[in-house]
Amino acid sequence: MSAAAETIDISLTVNGERVERSVPVRLNLADFLRNELELTGTHVGCEHGVCGACTVRVDGEIVRGCLMFAAQADGCTVDTVEGLSDSREIEELQSAFVLTNALQCGFCTPGVLMAAQALLRDLPNPSREQIREYLSGNYCRCTGYQAIVDAIEAVAKARASSSK
Amino acid sequence: MKAPRFAYARPASVAEAIALLDKHRDDARVLAGGQSLVPMMNFRVAAPKVLVDINRIAALAGIKVTKTHVRIGALTRHVDLERSADIARHLPLVAAAMPHIAHPAIRNRGTLGGSCALGDPAAELPACALALRATFVVAGKKGERRIAAEDFFRGLYATALKGGELLIAAEFPLPKPGYVSGFGELARRHGDYAITGIAVHGSTRGGKFSDMRAVFFGVGDRPLLAAHLARALEGQPANAKTIEGALPKLDADLAPRADLYSSAATKLHLAKVQAGRVLSRLDGVE
Repeated sequence: MSAAAETIDISLTVNGERVERSVPVRLNLADFLRNELELTGTHVGCEHGVCGACTVRVDGEIVRGCLMFAAQADGCTVDTVEGLSDSREIEELQSAFVLTNALQCGFCTPGVLMAAQALLRDLPNPSREQIREYLSGNYCRCTGYQAIVDAIEAVAKARASSSK
Repeated sequence: MKAPRFAYARPASVAEAIALLDKHRDDARVLAGGQSLVPMMNFRVAAPKVLVDINRIAALAGIKVTKTHVRIGALTRHVDLERSADIARHLPLVAAAMPHIAHPAIRNRGTLGGSCALGDPAAELPACALALRATFVVAGKKGERRIAAEDFFRGLYATALKGGELLIAAEFPLPKPGYVSGFGELARRHGDYAITGIAVHGSTRGGKFSDMRAVFFGVGDRPLLAAHLARALEGQPANAKTIEGALPKLDADLAPRADLYSSAATKLHLAKVQAGRVLSRLDGVE
């Protein structure tokens, strides 16, 4: 499409399902997921890329859902926290978050889980410092960071010992 | 907030992108990684009428090493620089800067070209480009032109790019033997904008400083090359005493403005401390 337009037909795969919609080009990916597809696990916080609540995976890599337009996800594979939960990909993280009480209000949790899963893929045995650094892009306004780091560290250690 | 209304175009080639930029001129903005432009649109600081999304132009992405240069396509994402063995080997300064650029989710989208074309004075890659004497390759209706990094950054969010032009690549000369580099950034929290930052490249061959290019970011309206510091270091023994004697010259190189958190005096002080640390950690410095 080389002429500029204000609406666009998009076709993408979300959590394994093919989705086709006509959307305004100014609609961001997070709002598309929430409002068009009713996948409200992706949260919208700051809307300028700082808080991390809208973190989703596009073509396998985590991105800010508020800093990408749905139009740009045309042809892409998108995974949200619902998809990772249903596929049981983040099952251990979810259990560890419950065990260590790593969520309070829960607003940041979906984004934190998305980021934590990406961290453990890239760095299977991170130090607490590395966990903190990786999660520096995810705000928890309940300030429950200690328990979040505990939970991620516990999963990393469990995975490391089960793979031995 | 949400981005204001705009029209969206997704050209498939550089020629198509240039035609769109030429047609819409000042009404158009290029959408690369969108990690700065989209927040600016959401804040309504930027309200382009037309967004030209270059993300599907495959020819704009990629890292190529030649006999003389590392050519990095404008659409090359930070994550690709971060994971590149060629960058780690040939441009260790760029590799060192990567972890300081925001957060992984941002680095998965943000691009070298976007960072440089925006001209944010607190950004890391413009400082690296200036320290490493990169040349920007810009394409327009009349063809390509090359702009040295020193002439490219013109001020706060201002570059030498003209209406209708697209940044297509940056060419970094391969460092000469004996050249070393160092990078430092001070932020309130990992990934935040720099309070002060420094990218250094130069030679410590034979135990002497030579051709030292220390570029500061976050302390001016653009990345700043410290010429007085360089003169004070030139030809001197690469040791702590030389560094200590040279740092006061930064008073002539930098005139930072206060920001929300730090006074001008604080910023200047921090820049000196940081320069001292980064210079003293360079390979070849005693």
